[in-house]
Amino acid sequence: MIFEGLNEKFQNIFAQLKRKGKLNEKDIQEVNREIKMALLEADVNFKVVKQFTKNIGERAIGQEVLSSLTPGQQFIKIVKDEMTTLLGGEIERMDFVQGRQNVYMMVGLQGAGKTTTAAKIANLLKKEKKFKPLLVACDVYRPAAIKQLEILGAELKIDVYSEHDVKDPIGIAKRGLQKSTEEHYDLVIFDTAGRLQIDEALMDELVKIKETINPTEILLTVDGMTGQESVNVANEFNRLLDISGVILTKMDGDTRGGAALSITYTIGKAIKYIGTGEKLTDIELFYPDRMASRILGMGDVLSFIDKA
Amino acid sequence: IKTADNFKEKIENVMYMGSFDDDFFDELEETLILSDLGAHTSVKVTEALRTKIIETRSKSKEEVVGFLKEILIEMVAIETKEMQNPTIILVVGVNGVGKTTTIAKLSERYKKQGKKVIIAAADTFRAAAVEQLDEWAKRVGVDIIKSSTGADPSSVVYDAIGAAKARKADILICDTAGRLHNKVNLMNELQKISKTISREGGDFTIHNLIVLDATTGQNAINQAKVFHECVEISGIVLTKLDGTAKGGIAISIIDEMQIPIEYVGIGEKSEDLIDFDPKKFVDLLFE
Ligand SMILES: Nc1nc2c(ncn2[C@@H]2O[C@H](COP(=O)(O)OP(=O)(O)OP(=O)(O)O)[C@@H](O)[C@H]2O)c(=O)[nH]1
Ligand SMILES: Nc1nc2c(ncn2[C@@H]2O[C@H](COP(=O)(O)OP(=O)(O)OP(=O)(O)O)[C@@H](O)[C@H]2O)c(=O)[nH]1
Ligand SMILES: [Mg+2]
Ligand SMILES: [Mg+2]
Repeated sequence: MIFEGLNEKFQNIFAQLKRKGKLNEKDIQEVNREIKMALLEADVNFKVVKQFTKNIGERAIGQEVLSSLTPGQQFIKIVKDEMTTLLGGEIERMDFVQGRQNVYMMVGLQGAGKTTTAAKIANLLKKEKKFKPLLVACDVYRPAAIKQLEILGAELKIDVYSEHDVKDPIGIAKRGLQKSTEEHYDLVIFDTAGRLQIDEALMDELVKIKETINPTEILLTVDGMTGQESVNVANEFNRLLDISGVILTKMDGDTRGGAALSITYTIGKAIKYIGTGEKLTDIELFYPDRMASRILGMGDVLSFIDKA
Repeated sequence: IKTADNFKEKIENVMYMGSFDDDFFDELEETLILSDLGAHTSVKVTEALRTKIIETRSKSKEEVVGFLKEILIEMVAIETKEMQNPTIILVVGVNGVGKTTTIAKLSERYKKQGKKVIIAAADTFRAAAVEQLDEWAKRVGVDIIKSSTGADPSSVVYDAIGAAKARKADILICDTAGRLHNKVNLMNELQKISKTISREGGDFTIHNLIVLDATTGQNAINQAKVFHECVEISGIVLTKLDGTAKGGIAISIIDEMQIPIEYVGIGEKSEDLIDFDPKKFVDLLFE
């Protein structure tokens, strides 16, 4: 990767700046260009990068970056802090309440990881919080989508509500919810078919499912490798469904995961979990500070900064 | 396909600036990055255009847009090889990009061309992967060779090659489980499948296709590189171009790796596959 040396670049630029003693606008621009490139290579959305670097630039001028003995690190620290804050600062947990019926709905593009994640969450909350979950299979389009959820459910010993040969996801959702109420499941998770955010008919279907089941969480599942497109996807799903949180999948890959920043910056909704593998236990809480380091490609620098 | 309102608008804005100075080139570079071309290729394209403008002393916006298109078309126009009979196609890629669906689409296409197609369900890992491919085989009307979930994928491929020879198939297409390229054991497993194909393939030409999702960002470059090191990729299928993603990452992959895109996926149905056409692809960016 070209930008693995981000930290070094910063040190060089700042060594030069330090000799001059004062930061002028052009200096800031130069530094910002490096950050900008690093963020773009990490797939942070372009518009987000622009605004973010502008904010950082303004903040840096007002700070005692140059009088510091290590201005490069000082500056990176500002960048990282800002980004961490933007990413939510603290861990934001799922909305679940014991003793009530918790209704979750999975939405997202094709292949993002909705079905797998639905099973992972059901398993996690069953194990850790002693919920009694029910999975409802509302994807009537993808071949063997229902079967996939059934197999995952069987593996986890979690019940699945499904209707084969019925092509009416709204009806299935309704009857699934009914079953969950009657049989006292306190966590019911609806898997839905993948769809493009520009597909009006299918987006409308999601709105109708939402109206039918009245979810306490609507979770937008996003592939962690998504590029510039993440903002369009998040915006549109959020506009139509007012989602409650985001799950970033496939973070076990080597993506820098800039979609995380793009999405939280754009729609202001928290990322709650990340998917870190294909196994049904591969799900972790989202840590904003770790994500910031990852986007900046400076995992190795972290411990260094902590000491500074 | 709606590849690019943004790109078009952006390019128009850039061109509107009137003079082809540093600001113009900076803006252009940003526009290219906005389309997932990546910093590296964007700089390269911008520099090529700068050279061209200096050479021709052109001051016309239309002409400059034309140059830009030419540069991009030249970059992505790589000759694809004619499909041989018989061929084994191994389909690889990371999770959820559209491998299995693409196999259904390819089967339909080759079947329509009058070829005898067999598909092999060598994703024995993901829940209901075999059932998914099986369902497609029924819909499209092609033979499928399968085993149970958990079976060794190489042995499924081995059986499938045997069947393809015995039944005199023209094309055998092997599905594989999605795998992230940084998982060494899974990449080794893929290499083993590939070796089985080389060893058992006989008269069959071998064609390794990587499926890339147009929504993917810079990571697609790593995907292409690492899969290529593992099984020597000879073609690319770019899926999900029916969305608003621009698939710009494909330009930088072709540029860096010199592997052609052969097909483009534009939907979830078995007929939603078109040939990759460099000129159309680039034109679409500007439409
Ligand atoms: N490596 C890895 N793979 C994942 C992760 N989450 C899901 N997957 C894989 O991604 C692929 C797609 O996952 P699905 O759960 O089927 O995705 P989906 O969003 O339900 O797909 P559609 O229903 O077709 O829209 C499968 O191969 C999963 O095993 C993850 O966190 N890491
Ligand atoms: N819109 C659109 N969706 C597609 C396209 N190709 C595949 N899909 C969808 O993407 C999702 C994943 O497709 P699959 O064919 O299962 O992907 P895969 O690569 O085999 O997935 P794994 O085997 O889990 O790694 C499904 O919902 C498909 O319907 C395409 O060109 N356009
Ligand atoms: Mg699914
Ligand atoms: Mg598959």
